[in-house]
Amino acid sequence: MLIKMLTGNQAAAFAAMNSMVRFVAAYPITPATPVIETISKLVEEGIMEAKFVPVESEHSAMAACIGASAAGLRTFTATSSHGLAYMHEMLHWAVNARTPVVMVVANRAIGPGWNIWSDLSDSLSQRDTGWLQFYCSSVQEIYDTIAMSYRVAEDVMVPAMVCYDGFVLSHTSVPVEITPLEGFINEYQPKWRISIEKPLTHGNILPPDAYISLRKAIHKAHRKALELIPEIEEEFFDHTGRSTPMLYETYRFEDAEEVLVAVGAVASEARIAVDILRSAGVKVGLLRLKSFRPFPSQIRRTLGDRKVTVIDRDFIPGVGGIVYQEISNLVQSDSMILGVGGADVTAEMIAEAFTKLVEV
Amino acid sequence: MIEPEYFLPGSAACHGCPAAMCLRVILRALEGKAVVVVPASCSSVITGVYPHSALNVPVFNSAFAASAAVATGIRAGLDFYGEEGEVVVWAGDGGTYDIGLQSLSGAAERGEDILYICYNNEMYSNTGVQRSGATPYGAWTTTTVGGKREHRKDVAEILMAHNVPYIATASAGFLNDLYNKVRKAREIEGFRYIEILAPCPPGWRFPMDKTVEMGRLAVETGMWILYEVVEGKMRFTGLSKVIAEGKRKMKDIKEYLKLQGRFSHLSEEDIREIERYRDRRWEFLKRRANEL
Repeated sequence: MLIKMLTGNQAAAFAAMNSMVRFVAAYPITPATPVIETISKLVEEGIMEAKFVPVESEHSAMAACIGASAAGLRTFTATSSHGLAYMHEMLHWAVNARTPVVMVVANRAIGPGWNIWSDLSDSLSQRDTGWLQFYCSSVQEIYDTIAMSYRVAEDVMVPAMVCYDGFVLSHTSVPVEITPLEGFINEYQPKWRISIEKPLTHGNILPPDAYISLRKAIHKAHRKALELIPEIEEEFFDHTGRSTPMLYETYRFEDAEEVLVAVGAVASEARIAVDILRSAGVKVGLLRLKSFRPFPSQIRRTLGDRKVTVIDRDFIPGVGGIVYQEISNLVQSDSMILGVGGADVTAEMIAEAFTKLVEV
Repeated sequence: MIEPEYFLPGSAACHGCPAAMCLRVILRALEGKAVVVVPASCSSVITGVYPHSALNVPVFNSAFAASAAVATGIRAGLDFYGEEGEVVVWAGDGGTYDIGLQSLSGAAERGEDILYICYNNEMYSNTGVQRSGATPYGAWTTTTVGGKREHRKDVAEILMAHNVPYIATASAGFLNDLYNKVRKAREIEGFRYIEILAPCPPGWRFPMDKTVEMGRLAVETGMWILYEVVEGKMRFTGLSKVIAEGKRKMKDIKEYLKLQGRFSHLSEEDIREIERYRDRRWEFLKRRANEL
């Protein structure tokens, strides 16, 4: 087993390489830049067998990935914040074109004023594009999630975003198991690809009935992903010995009367906050939501009739938390907005905020 | 021998459409060995409604701004699978001069192995005749109802600044010339750019049986100049070469302008301004041809 000291960004690059990615088009943006720097170097040195295209914008990065994916290549890119916002049109395009691109997003606030720190609003606000979205809570999880995302995305033909907090995860070095992935993931076998031998027209005018069928098919693909993910998790466990949840996980949950719901790096702090609160006699547990899309609505049953509080490191002006909005569709819940614009979030802060919230 | 046809009957093109006419010639010149990338444009309509297609080659529709980038990705795919043939971007002037200029410039600078062909009808015709960066001075469009007050820019010249190995201009009035230029471009590797003047009957307001005539008049009056730049060496071609050598005088631009409803409101001073612009362009390109 190869264990390396890696940042989240480097782990993402190694995961792309070991997932046999053959095409990367990308544009630099803080804090995701080291992902493409690492890939560029790996390609230059002949360690990674892929074409790396340093495009002139994020819009073109996603456009090139869509073209390459349609032409039968496993593709990858990385971005953040404004870069993701600039891609918006192509995010929709990748979904309707059914191109299973996998992209990492090092989450970062959107300006002005310029703020390069962690905030999940950038990717959460892309929720309605139809991309699968997975939120990581550790560096190892970034590596694992990219590998599993390819398996899911390529099976259901929907692109996937692997998101992780900027700097908190993107720039923190920890030991990472760089497990070889061959066997779990093999050379891409596209279900369809552009070929000169096959004169097919892709994406021309689609009348309403056919358009409805396309959108329905994508909807069903999300549903299928929900069924597929547990099988892929299991296969991944068999291959690596690591149990990395893709949908959600719970902590100190069985006897919990109250639940914190958290996403991303904040969920790791929330876990410690649960311990703090437990030692003060509060019967609280944690539900970490990993998959924002497909949305695992079965958590309604998991949450049951427990009192729910959602932590959001994101914010919609005039509304509040984006994750809170989603959870509130399932169960009545309370909301805490913490760490927007990169403000530090500690377990103690979560515990304190939770206590105050309960008092109110 | 009957040549195989790649642009099939039953397309949704208007009668007299230069895009349909030229694309048919281009695909023949490429012998159907091409993937065509089409950004939002008349051609995304012309190819027809799903599940039908008027093109007997693979077509990939792209977002308006993104065709050169999409083509970059497709090229990489064809290379990976060892498939030979061209990746052709088939874009209008809106998708080339305006919204698509950034991705075009990026792909050209990176030297992507793409044949980018712009059919320039000097406006946004698909959305119903609005001005573009390619619309000439004085022309009526629905967003320049009093006539455009600015001259057009020139993307072929912008591509010269990118030092790409092949640049050519062509006209829907000279289809053999277009055919030959595509054949030539096919032999060259790297980023190649061909821009075709594509007179649009409903947009320019002339009868639909006059497309070829209009394409010829544009060149005869010197309003459109045919040339190619191969590995940095520029030369005039066809009728423009004859004009450049002084063997034939340019026709009066009024002959070209008066046939088009979009210029019907022009004053004498407007016409003189267009003439001055034409002459400046010739001087510039002649200097350029001598230098290179």
